[in-house]
Amino acid sequence: MSVVAVDGGPAARRRPNYRRRRNLTEAAAMAFAVLLIFWTITPLYNMVFVSLESHGDVFTSNIWPVHPSLMSFWIVVTQGYWYLEYFWHQFGNSLYIGAATTFLTLLIGSLASFSIGRMRLKNGWLVSNAALLTYVIPASFLAIPFYSIMIKYGLANNLWAVIFAEVTFATPYAIFIFQQYGVSIPIELDEAARIDGASPLQVYLRIYLPLMAPALVAVGTYALLLAWNEYLYQFMLLSSVKSMTVPVALAQFLNSDEAPWNYMMATAIIYAIPPVAIYYAFRQRMTAGLTMGGVKG
Amino acid sequence: MTTASIVAVGRPAIPRYQSLLRHLQGGLKGSEYTWAIAFIVPYAAVFLAFLAYPVVYGLWMGSEPSLYRELFSDPIYQSTVINTLLFLGLGVNLKMFCALLMSGFFMRRGWWVKALLMIYVLPWAVPALPTFISIHWMLNGEWGLLNNFLYNVFGIEGPSWLNSHWLALGSAIFSHVWKWMPFWTVILLAGRMSIPQELNDAAAVDGATGIRRFVHVSFPLRANLYLICTLLSTIFTLGDFNSVYFVTGGGPANSTHVLATLGIRDAFQVARPDLGVATVMTALPLLIPLVIILMRKLRTTEVQL
Repeated sequence: MSVVAVDGGPAARRRPNYRRRRNLTEAAAMAFAVLLIFWTITPLYNMVFVSLESHGDVFTSNIWPVHPSLMSFWIVVTQGYWYLEYFWHQFGNSLYIGAATTFLTLLIGSLASFSIGRMRLKNGWLVSNAALLTYVIPASFLAIPFYSIMIKYGLANNLWAVIFAEVTFATPYAIFIFQQYGVSIPIELDEAARIDGASPLQVYLRIYLPLMAPALVAVGTYALLLAWNEYLYQFMLLSSVKSMTVPVALAQFLNSDEAPWNYMMATAIIYAIPPVAIYYAFRQRMTAGLTMGGVKG
Repeated sequence: MTTASIVAVGRPAIPRYQSLLRHLQGGLKGSEYTWAIAFIVPYAAVFLAFLAYPVVYGLWMGSEPSLYRELFSDPIYQSTVINTLLFLGLGVNLKMFCALLMSGFFMRRGWWVKALLMIYVLPWAVPALPTFISIHWMLNGEWGLLNNFLYNVFGIEGPSWLNSHWLALGSAIFSHVWKWMPFWTVILLAGRMSIPQELNDAAAVDGATGIRRFVHVSFPLRANLYLICTLLSTIFTLGDFNSVYFVTGGGPANSTHVLATLGIRDAFQVARPDLGVATVMTALPLLIPLVIILMRKLRTTEVQL
């Protein structure tokens, strides 16, 4: 405003001044954006940069790969290093855990929320509350007793122990979202089908599940990413080389003295590609799911 | 006679039993009730076997008072408590406040803002462990990218970030903020988007601009969301294991542990699971009030996230 006063400009002068100010804020926003990109990209750039270096070049003061090569990726893919001997097997374990967790979370979560939300099971709110409570307990706080219990169940060093752990922590979120989303589907559909003689199981399969498809996709993506990104339970429960998942093997690298950082980073990138691809493919649905119900980090 | 009396006595009991059953069933008829119960059984089984039982078992493991005496006299534990409070106080507030500002930034129009958002959410999309390992190496004092950059561009010899207590703790906090800020930005952005544009327009017509519109329109509408997100984020941060474990590893000399990592260290490296449980249990005085407030908030607001 003071600028206008100094210029002595009447109303006619305000327009170019306004435009100049808008250009200035746009430039400031752009400058801020550049800073933001630096902040966001640096650790990821470091991953790519180190993975493109040769083993000797890692221990230099370069800030970009001087002799870039895809050798590290080749070593990882062909399992050509003793730490990576079972890479594809471990990758398969990760996939297996992810797939089983997704399937069980969707199945158990949708059955429970159908019973509570659609069939109006009495005292169903108890289940919703139990789920909500699970949702806010930090998983890492339960890790030690969970480990002891798994040994009692005879599931130590078994992929199913991890699957059950992931399902336990993913299902509450699933119930949460399904309940929220289910409200938007008219209950009259269920009632009409019941009058026509459909059993509750048929209503669940033919009406509930198809109409819930968007929520199923959102929760399925969430469960898959949860299982893929989780480390602590996999580290505790899986100890042999053949039952390990990729993150556990990757962390083992870290503790060895001669950590081959270029191989580690190549492994890390290969491991990170599927979730990033899935994330971008289902981004809209995921965000819709998150804002539909709760939030889980 | 005896049979008759039994029948006579037993008769009133039958309707009472039936009414109890009907009461339990709610509005559902016999076979429907069976179905409804059958549908809930898988979740109930998972809850009891993999959540309730471990919780009770954990409470039992950590119920020995001598454990806490041992714990409180341990200097590592004492510094861990301070680290945890710093991690929560700085990490959560820095992250949430920046996320709030960033969500305002991403309300700007223009294609490049949308493109920027796609890049900005990368830390959230990429799994935690690979990036934290990358940060760990990036902060290496001798060969890490950060110090190489400082040396090549500014000619400064950077410190060895992970070898001093404060720098290492700060690195862990910044890594946590780096990883989770995009997530909360997206949540708060969705919250902002859901404010009807008419409200903003009406406020603009009334002459409210910039800061005044924020104070009188946007903030009151979003204060509840911000509060719920901050509470949730506090709980998640309290349970955050990965950022400390992989960036600093609790080092140097166990000086940067938080409760979550110290518990695991006690249980698996020192082989004292009971002590590990006790370590984690000392977070309960903070965790329980948070959970109660959050549960209330989530229920009363019908979760308008």
